[in-house]
Amino acid sequence: MSAMFDFDAGRYGAYVWPAYAATAIVIAFLVIDSLWRARRWKRAAEGGERAP
Amino acid sequence: MFPALANPARFMAFSRWAAPLLGVIAIGLLAIGLALDFRAPPDYQQGYAVHIMFIHVPAAWMSLVVYACLGGASFISLVFRHPLAQAAARAAAPLGAGVTLLALVTGSLWGKTTWGAWWVWGDPRLTSVLVLFLFYLGYLALDASLDDEARAAPATSILALVGLVNLPIVHFSVTWWRSLHQASSVFRADGPSMPAIYLAPLLTMALAYMAGFGALWLVRIRAEVWRRRAQVRAVRAAG
Repeated sequence: MSAMFDFDAGRYGAYVWPAYAATAIVIAFLVIDSLWRARRWKRAAEGGERAP
Repeated sequence: MFPALANPARFMAFSRWAAPLLGVIAIGLLAIGLALDFRAPPDYQQGYAVHIMFIHVPAAWMSLVVYACLGGASFISLVFRHPLAQAAARAAAPLGAGVTLLALVTGSLWGKTTWGAWWVWGDPRLTSVLVLFLFYLGYLALDASLDDEARAAPATSILALVGLVNLPIVHFSVTWWRSLHQASSVFRADGPSMPAIYLAPLLTMALAYMAGFGALWLVRIRAEVWRRRAQVRAVRAAG
């Protein structure tokens, strides 16, 4: 195993980095959406916000 | 353990500490997985595109695992009419749609570098995963379209159970039919055919995805429980 990180994707960069970017975006969306929903409904259940 | 967690109060007490714990485990495994990922050398055939494998394969595995969870929860909801099972099914669907979308997008990017094509219509693996994605979207659309939750629960549960038929088709598609997609190189009777330098980041990332799904699933089920409590509270306030 190389001791250094290898980020030199060369001609593959046009495919590798969009794949990682798409993964980061989708995971970030799922995390934010899940936490937002939990926070919103917890507040509504405790009476701080009206349920729609 | 699972019958005990069927009690919403016990589930909320359990998930209160289990969700953040799984989240921390997922972040740790993701950091280790990415470190192993970018230390792995380019593959002799795939070149640097091998790095797409470390995010594509776990997403593809999770698309099946999450659907199995969705189907299992839907079965319990349909047979035992347990509200927490229906909450678990509803909570799993968007997560499953997300990882299946990732499997399709990253697979398409990998396919372009390796096969020279973004998509191959008629390929059994690609088509069956697309059908899986459509089952997730169908579940979400049906759930959103029915206002009456008492009517929506059996309808969405039946749709989820029908979709379970697709899981073995996705898994065995590369052996049942001629496919451009490669056969499994990890779950084989004679052991993984992949070198350890690629197997380690792949399995670490898969565990990270699994822990991440566990954390988000629990968070979303908790949100569902709170949503129902809020609705009960609203009805009582109106009456």
